[in-house]
Amino acid sequence: MAGVIEVEHLRKSYGSTVAVDDVSVEVAEGEIFGVIGPNGAGKTTTVECAQGLRRSDAGRIRVLGLDPRSQAQELRRRIGCQLQEAALPDRIKVWEALDLFACFVPGASDWRTLMEQWGLAEKRNAPFASLSGGQRQRLFVALALVNDPEVVFLDEMTAGLDPAARRVAWGLIRAVRDRGTTVVLVTHHMDEAEQLCDRVAVIDRGRVAAVDTPDGLINRFGGPIGLTFSADRPDLAWLEQIPHVRQVTRKGQRVEVEGTGPVLALVAAELVNHGITPSDLRVRQPTLEDVFLTLTGREIVGGVEQQ
Amino acid sequence: MRTLAKLTWVEMKLFSREPITMVFSLAFPLVMLLVLAAVFGNEAETEFRDAIPVDYYVPGYLAVVIASVGLIGLPVHLAAYRERGILRRFRASSVSPWSLFGAQVAVSFVIAAVGSVLLVVAAVLMYDAQLPESPARLLLAFVVSTLSFVSLGFLLGTLLANARAAQAVGLLLFLPMWLLSGAGPPREVMGGAMRVISDALPLTYVVTALQDAWLGLGSSVTELLVLSGMLLAAGALSVRFSRRV
Repeated sequence: MAGVIEVEHLRKSYGSTVAVDDVSVEVAEGEIFGVIGPNGAGKTTTVECAQGLRRSDAGRIRVLGLDPRSQAQELRRRIGCQLQEAALPDRIKVWEALDLFACFVPGASDWRTLMEQWGLAEKRNAPFASLSGGQRQRLFVALALVNDPEVVFLDEMTAGLDPAARRVAWGLIRAVRDRGTTVVLVTHHMDEAEQLCDRVAVIDRGRVAAVDTPDGLINRFGGPIGLTFSADRPDLAWLEQIPHVRQVTRKGQRVEVEGTGPVLALVAAELVNHGITPSDLRVRQPTLEDVFLTLTGREIVGGVEQQ
Repeated sequence: MRTLAKLTWVEMKLFSREPITMVFSLAFPLVMLLVLAAVFGNEAETEFRDAIPVDYYVPGYLAVVIASVGLIGLPVHLAAYRERGILRRFRASSVSPWSLFGAQVAVSFVIAAVGSVLLVVAAVLMYDAQLPESPARLLLAFVVSTLSFVSLGFLLGTLLANARAAQAVGLLLFLPMWLLSGAGPPREVMGGAMRVISDALPLTYVVTALQDAWLGLGSSVTELLVLSGMLLAAGALSVRFSRRV
């Protein structure tokens, strides 16, 4: 695994506030690497240190083998950055912004294609100030990609996008990854991390709580799989004997089974063997939201972290 | 070089889309000059360095154009860019800080030059003003003056946190300079304290240097040295503080 980004024992404080306590992560070439965590956990600070936009207090960072502290200029030619807080001049037109940023790097990709892909073609002559939140966001992502970067950092890429536009954005980011670009994605949306990321780091209180594939995280920290169905048989004790079943509870006809791994297939097979074929068998698979709750102690409702 | 040229071009276009800045940088000095020329008539006077008032005021108002670009236009522009995250967006791209700031210098120059040409053309057409006695010296004085006020503008734009502060401080510096540098009442009629204040204002040296060249008077070595000193000091301080920010 070639480490395109290596962060070792990063530390960064603002005055007496420790934003990043001790973060170490390695991002491999060509993956979409997600960074999730509660507000103020240090996600953006970590990413901005890697982009050379902030100076770390301690630790070692290498991006494409370059030190963002001393080789920021060279680094920025090869990376793309979409920042959480940024703006353009009010009266610059969409095409002017793309054309301008493309000219900063010799041999940049054709900005007209990006303008089409990110749905900005009909806004090409609109001034920045007149764009909606979603349009601005798409313009910033397009600007981050305009230099054909080897690594692109996206911080809250889909903030302000409607659900349909988010799905389009995910598809475009996958296509960027498929062309070989490494993507670092800071996000608040657990579904986005689950759908899009090859691996995810959970950061909490300035430290890395866990790094794994979304499935790996869910298996390790997501908690049990839940099955529910109705059955009127009095004797269901055999259910507890099925491997991977942890717990069985009954509420009248309602049966709830908790288990792990292949529990669904095993329980379903045994039910059929015992002549039970409930038409209301439901499964509740744990998601990254459960992982988030387990690791950070904070709950996510409707994809959004609760304060 | 291509980057610098494109940035400059885009910034010029953006400037042309800001009507208020345009009015302040270009129209205000022009209107003031025409008013003063109309008030003071067409006779040479000793108070006006033995020149016809309009000829005295044309170089004076070139100085006002330079001051409005350097003390208000540039600092407000830069502070707004920082305040709103536009500088951050540029910094996160691979554009070099030198291109970014070079473009601001170039745009300031173009605005000052356009404003100056407008002034001169209007003064010549409407009041039959004379052209500069010494164009080469005028050009030198114009370039040194503009650079020194642009560097002052960079320093203000670096130190002031937001556009509102830049606007307030810029006006606070601009108004006394405009009134007491010789672009308002002539320095020859100033006495005592007024003269002392006038001597301490950087714009006074711009007015005197431009008038010297325009009217074919003194050599203005002192003025150019003072302005160059200010250029170096403000330039060095801006670089120092912009690194810190």
